[in-house]
Amino acid sequence: MDETSKNIPENDIKLPTGEKLVVSSSPHLSSPERTSKIMGRVLLALAFPAAAGIWYFGLRAAWVILLTTVFCVAAEAVWCKLAGKPVKATILDGSAAVTGVILALNLPPHVPFYVPLIGAVLAIWVGKQIFGGLGYNPFNPAVVARVGLLIALPAIMTTWPAPRGMNNSYPSFKEFKTSVDAVTCATPLSIAGTLPKITGRDFYAEKNFKKIDSPELIKKYFIGCKGGSIGETCIPAIIFGAILLVCFNLINWRVPICYVGTVAIVTGVVNYFCPGVTPSPLFHLVTGGLMFAAVFMATDMVTCPITGTGCVIFAVGCGVITSVIRIWGNYPEGVSFSILFMNALVPLIDKASALRPFGHAPKKSGEAAK
Amino acid sequence: MLTITLTSVAVMGCLGLFLGLVIGFFAKLFKVASDSRVDLVTELLPGANCGGCGKAGCSDFAKSVVSGENPPGKCPVSSAEQVNAIARALGIDAGSGFKKRAVVRCGGDVHQVARKINYNGVLDCASASLIAGGPKGCRYGCVGMGSCAAVCPFGAIEIVNNLAIVHPEICVGCGKCVAACPRGVIELAPIDSTVHVYCNSPEKGPEKRKNCKVSCLGCRKCEKTAPEKFKVEGFLAHVRYDAEVLPTAEDVEAVKCPTGALLTASRHKEIETNDPEFSVK
Amino acid sequence: MTFKNGIHPVYHGKELSESAEIKTAPLLARYTVPLAQNAGKPPEVAVNPGDHVKKYQLIAKASGFVSANLHSPVSGTVKGVIEVPGPMGVPAKAVEIIPDGLGEEMEPLPAMNWQTAEPKALLDRIAECGLVGMGGASFPTHVKLSPPPDKKIDTLILNGAECEPFLTADHRLMLEDPESVLIGAAVMGRILGIRDRVFIGVEMNKIDAIHRLNEKAEEYDVKIIPLKVQYPQGSEKQLINAITGREVPAGGLPMDARCVVQNTGTAAAVTDAVLRGRPLVERVVTVTGSVVKNPGNWKLLIGTPVIEAVKLAGGVTEEPGKLILGGPMMGFAQKSFDVPVSKNTSGILLLPQDQAVNYRSGNCIRCGRCVQGCPMHLMPCAIAAAVESYRFDLAQKHHVMDCLECGACAYVCPAKRPLVQHNRRAKAEIRRLMPKK
Repeated sequence: MDETSKNIPENDIKLPTGEKLVVSSSPHLSSPERTSKIMGRVLLALAFPAAAGIWYFGLRAAWVILLTTVFCVAAEAVWCKLAGKPVKATILDGSAAVTGVILALNLPPHVPFYVPLIGAVLAIWVGKQIFGGLGYNPFNPAVVARVGLLIALPAIMTTWPAPRGMNNSYPSFKEFKTSVDAVTCATPLSIAGTLPKITGRDFYAEKNFKKIDSPELIKKYFIGCKGGSIGETCIPAIIFGAILLVCFNLINWRVPICYVGTVAIVTGVVNYFCPGVTPSPLFHLVTGGLMFAAVFMATDMVTCPITGTGCVIFAVGCGVITSVIRIWGNYPEGVSFSILFMNALVPLIDKASALRPFGHAPKKSGEAAK
Repeated sequence: MLTITLTSVAVMGCLGLFLGLVIGFFAKLFKVASDSRVDLVTELLPGANCGGCGKAGCSDFAKSVVSGENPPGKCPVSSAEQVNAIARALGIDAGSGFKKRAVVRCGGDVHQVARKINYNGVLDCASASLIAGGPKGCRYGCVGMGSCAAVCPFGAIEIVNNLAIVHPEICVGCGKCVAACPRGVIELAPIDSTVHVYCNSPEKGPEKRKNCKVSCLGCRKCEKTAPEKFKVEGFLAHVRYDAEVLPTAEDVEAVKCPTGALLTASRHKEIETNDPEFSVK
Repeated sequence: MTFKNGIHPVYHGKELSESAEIKTAPLLARYTVPLAQNAGKPPEVAVNPGDHVKKYQLIAKASGFVSANLHSPVSGTVKGVIEVPGPMGVPAKAVEIIPDGLGEEMEPLPAMNWQTAEPKALLDRIAECGLVGMGGASFPTHVKLSPPPDKKIDTLILNGAECEPFLTADHRLMLEDPESVLIGAAVMGRILGIRDRVFIGVEMNKIDAIHRLNEKAEEYDVKIIPLKVQYPQGSEKQLINAITGREVPAGGLPMDARCVVQNTGTAAAVTDAVLRGRPLVERVVTVTGSVVKNPGNWKLLIGTPVIEAVKLAGGVTEEPGKLILGGPMMGFAQKSFDVPVSKNTSGILLLPQDQAVNYRSGNCIRCGRCVQGCPMHLMPCAIAAAVESYRFDLAQKHHVMDCLECGACAYVCPAKRPLVQHNRRAKAEIRRLMPKK
């Protein structure tokens, strides 16, 4: 401790002048995370369902994905230009591209070009920018666009081409042509919606859904041999994307698990007591957009509650509403509506599930902390 | 086809008529008794709802005028004709001497300060002045981030070279900028005053000069030249806004302020927009 | 052992100086000793321009209970009281002393046998020697060690966590002079009347210091507690929670949780005061940063201008973009290199220009990383949104007054929002509008 510092010759020491000093509030370090990096990683996770969709539905699906993404980015650029916001900075944060890909993966594979166009305008302008831009929107923009398109163009949005592998036919990429040649089919959920509901637990009730709900068919649905939108058919791809998202801390793992779990429980209970009213819970998990929405849409950071408990409440609510719409509602698919509904409740959920700050008495004690 | 149309029109028409009558009846039944003069004065007021009078909006101010609490001249936005119209309508005295205009008493734009500090953070004056004493050297001067301009409902404040300048022809003296400024640099001066001391720092002269070339040294030249128009407290000069005769451009000429802190408003604006490197030599 | 939430800064920079032994600094030509080096009222100047002072001589007397004495770091002539740049960016008064090189020192105060001396006498010695908290808050030590009689203290914790990136001063002190720290802990335990609950919390990235301290810890009845490496482990509320499991009540002090927390540097200064009779005039400072030529740890006299400290470290390799007094997470950015070292300056950090501009104020994407990181379990994103709309009442409802300003939230924010600045603004506004009764 008594060592004196070495004497360095005076003229070798370069002293700072202080000209370039920047002042700011602490902290003076920041993590390497950026909004654009987060969006980039989400796109990476989305690449898996997108690739699966392209494999099942051909290059037309790739075209739809490309169109939607381009239109979404363009819509954001147009809005920013008109509103006087910085165009480059807003586009480069990547959120429009993510919305574009998620919206595309929600569309039927062979839609005409104006569907992505209208969808992009709905998602970016109505779903996001009128509220103030990124972070200010209460509703998930992709869900807003999907619901808007569903209500405005119901025929196009409910026409599902048959994927490769269905009916055991595996046309090559080249042979798998455009919408003109595509054979349409009905999705398992829409078939389930048309079948009559039989209450009770007798023989007829049990047999009601057997044509669409058997273990072999469930296996087929799981790997993607069913009609549906581009991204929602292949479950393993979605699960892989989900693992990526959780590992990068991009989504709260409670949302997909509680959402899917709640749907399984509710439909399971109803199916146990009245097997003729709704198919088995496994059927519900692998059909429709439930898995895709639970992983990519309900978990959207901006529209999801901030706290863990809040996320659980949110996901359970989504699950209950989805199950109710699927079992007893008029629409075969209840996912989009349930997400929109719970998005509206998120500010309340945030307030209700606020954390107890360090050093404050718990609320139950009855004594108000000053 | 015709019968259907006629029936529809008739039914809708009768329904509308009936509902209109019901609404009209209840509007009369539950009508809140109010002084019609209050509505009259509210009509005559400019309707900016800026709160400059200290009341919660124009109709609240109208109530206070009718009750006699405030003279109509208290409204900073109304022109003289509007005030006179209200006074005539109510048969009262208009009241005078209330009109004020805001003035930012600082001349330290980014070229005048000795060293501009690179600041990275929230672009808000109060937040910026928490960090290292603010992005310019002087702790008492205008921060230049534009919180006053953002809060002005009339768009009267412009930020030029990181210095706030009030356009007196647009300013109505509502006082919102005075509250928004974290350093109290903005003052409401009478509408007739055209000469101001553009410095707010009470520090000693040599310390001030280290930070800003156009600060007031406290040399008392202005006070000695015209003691009834200027006063110096400590090291900072002030214009006596309550003087019988307010200082004019001739007084500025006569004083010959050594730093250029004493200026007419128009010369100050001219310097900031056209001559940023200004200094008295 | 740790507390809930918190963050793990990616680059902790300690490798730049953690193996550098503490060196003493040569005499400089001029020292500007700041007057206000303690929380509370600054002391009153007790010397006049032209006076000749010896090293350790009293140059400013404490003005009141919550104040601290100030002593001269060198023998020389007092030139006068001048204004120097202060650490908070506003000019501060300082006593300028020109050393004469004679090295005359005051007689040391009589050494005390701390094991038998009266606690009151020990406390008086600490007050006389001008000791303040050296962790950064610079609260006068004799005040902290005299809690009001209705607060029963049963635990003394020494903060050896040094959780801030880049800082290694406490680490080297514990490694090179563990006995000073242990004796200081025992002395303070005696003053407070605590026998077997004296702890030193050290983060596990300082395993060598833990071993060195453990060699002699039992002799002095002190227990060394290894803590998980997490920021802000060294914050006193978090330290108390990690070691004892208690929570300091909101708006309260550690004594409300029956604890007293002191920095290990302060403990070493206590040993100096009690055993060697020397007032506080110097401290270990880490001079570091990637642009510093030879980063390391030096024992600097108070009043050393920072530019001289940088010279000691061999100067810079390029013009720095930021000068920080303290650590990078809670330290203050400076606008001038003439600011002097104080009793609570733990580090002088120079950052390169490409790391100087951090904040982009992007849109909040409600990712929740700030909520996961806040050690006080607040919602920084909600507070910042309230402040941006000037809704300080909402900010107060979100408990912004509990904020430690530790910087964990702003560190992790992917949109690079200046969250701590928003919190500071809210606190200043709330204090202004709602003064204490």
